[in-house]
Amino acid sequence: MPKIELKNVYKIFGEDPHSVLPLVKKGATKKEILAETDHTVGLDNVSISIEEGETFVCMGLSGSGKSTLIRHINRLIEPTEGVVLVDGVNVLEFNEKELLELRRHEMSMVFQRFGLFPHKTVLENVAYGLEVQGKSIEERNQTAEEQIHAVGLNGFEHQYPSQLSGGMQQRVGLARALATKPGILLMDEAFSALDPLIRNDMQNQLMELQSKLHKTIVFITHDLDESLKLGDHIGILNGGKLIQVGKPEEIIMSPADDYVTAFVKDVNRAKVLRAKTIMLSPDNPTINGKVSGETIKVLENSFIEEFLPQVIEKRTVVEVIDKDGNTSGYITEKELAQSLTKN
Amino acid sequence: MKTNWKYWIPICFVAFWGLIVISYRYAKPRYKPDNISDLLNDFSWLINWPKWLDFPLMQPINSGFDWLIMEYGLFFEGINYFLLGLYTTMKNSVVALPWPLVVILVIVMTYFVSGKKMSTTILIGFCTFFIGFLSPRYWDKAIMTTCIVFIGIFFCLVIGIPIGIAMARKPKLRKMILPVLDLMQTIPSFCYLIPGILLFGLGAVPAIISIFVYAAPPLIRLTDLGIRLVDKEIVEAADAFGASKKQKLWGVQIPLALPNIMQGVNQSVMMALAMVVIASMVGTRGIGDEVLLGLQQLNVGMATEAGIAIVLLAIIFDRVTQAYGDKIQDKTKPKNIKKV
Repeated sequence: MPKIELKNVYKIFGEDPHSVLPLVKKGATKKEILAETDHTVGLDNVSISIEEGETFVCMGLSGSGKSTLIRHINRLIEPTEGVVLVDGVNVLEFNEKELLELRRHEMSMVFQRFGLFPHKTVLENVAYGLEVQGKSIEERNQTAEEQIHAVGLNGFEHQYPSQLSGGMQQRVGLARALATKPGILLMDEAFSALDPLIRNDMQNQLMELQSKLHKTIVFITHDLDESLKLGDHIGILNGGKLIQVGKPEEIIMSPADDYVTAFVKDVNRAKVLRAKTIMLSPDNPTINGKVSGETIKVLENSFIEEFLPQVIEKRTVVEVIDKDGNTSGYITEKELAQSLTKN
Repeated sequence: MKTNWKYWIPICFVAFWGLIVISYRYAKPRYKPDNISDLLNDFSWLINWPKWLDFPLMQPINSGFDWLIMEYGLFFEGINYFLLGLYTTMKNSVVALPWPLVVILVIVMTYFVSGKKMSTTILIGFCTFFIGFLSPRYWDKAIMTTCIVFIGIFFCLVIGIPIGIAMARKPKLRKMILPVLDLMQTIPSFCYLIPGILLFGLGAVPAIISIFVYAAPPLIRLTDLGIRLVDKEIVEAADAFGASKKQKLWGVQIPLALPNIMQGVNQSVMMALAMVVIASMVGTRGIGDEVLLGLQQLNVGMATEAGIAIVLLAIIFDRVTQAYGDKIQDKTKPKNIKKV
């Protein structure tokens, strides 16, 4: 069972969304709807399913509906039509109290501009989710201390958010989201407001945390490199429509339409594609005779850029091995050339 | 919502003609033409406003007011006794204190309220002393004025702030209350001072009521504005963590709106002081009646002295509330950022 599932979700902003719905279903574009009815299409028949423990990255430019999408999961925005399932339960049928419980225990959110409370200290900010749950002050301070430690902000507990740099503020945001120990982490352009170096740091920190915690993460971004780096699966949105969902290499290797093609055109493929994606299996006939003598051994999950210099230097075939050292495939210069060519 | 003119045009049309028919019907017979058809022969009524075209508002208001006094006299009497009792107790207890003690109390209070700011404390202490120093008569009168302002402001806070919060939450309610606030602020103060006298008699109570009418609107407006101006993302964050409406209001919205609310309190206090001076014209005792006395006797010196005393009182109120607002703001937005 998927952790989160959206089924045929429509969201239309305006005075009378339901009157516009049939038009949207007939296939009118976002522009036409805006011109004719003065309504804005937020989401247009979006269906996704997100498995437990994976990082799902939702990518699109501004106005593509990605922030709208993420807010449907915790019902900060109500859909015009459709179903939102969390752990197989339709959250749209929840009453006020059940919804609060869902937000308090099941999921938490990290915001683009951090959304920290300026009148609370770092410690109080991180403990906010627990405060709302009604936990005792000792318990929430203890948990908050642990989380502050986990994001490397010890010593700043009694500072105010305005006294911290952007990167540190977002660490507080992350710690606050993790403090309630939710199964689902919603990250709305969490790193977009940070400068590139800090952003890289934060991405690494998130990946490190995720390798320990195995949360279900829904991550929103407009940055393709970020989505390729973090995402187990990527969904690309344009004008409220979900255009393509797939693994990073699927998006790169076979873009669904011109929009996605334009997006992935300038990506550094060597940085994104992994050895296992482009390798040929050992019993592939084209390999025959080519594998002889010395090979370069690389792990399945290494990126092309990691072994490319060696290939250029030694000019031999690459042998791909799994964790235990068994051969799982080979890469010749031909596959390398093909995978790195922009089409 | 778009206005649905298909329905509104006929409704307005009918209402307009209804009003004209009513005014014609209730006009005095000697103003009316003998026959309606005369209007079509003699068009002189188009030049000067005809006397029969006079909407009869005065009569129903007067009779309504009479009815109010007859039926609910006891109710108003009750309010009168309550407020008057409150005011008299408060005033008598402060007046009974030795004046140096009062000055010292004001100084100590200012010192703590302003967050131990020396300059404000010294200024306030000086102003307080100078009120009595100007003329010994002013001391007790300033205390009376202060008590009236305090009671008026207390009602403004207790009633105004919840209304402001409710307005910020419900746009429909805001749409309904805003015109009422406009009315309260634009209607000349004597228009409600006079009914105040009729209902509560001369003295402090109509002044307290007038203070509420006059000074509550800025507080309500600034509370509403302050709550709505709280960063949307911060409110969203509170929502995302499952804060209930109550937790969101007390934990996030009110603390962050507090600088604006304090600005509203400051405005409210200043307007209350202005009103209490006007209220002296309807017999409210206090420092305002010294101005009135000076005016009646054409005694420029006396009026000026009393005027200065009022200014001193205003400085005290203004500085103390401002300093308190600044203190709160310092708490929410620390200025001394330590570079790390």
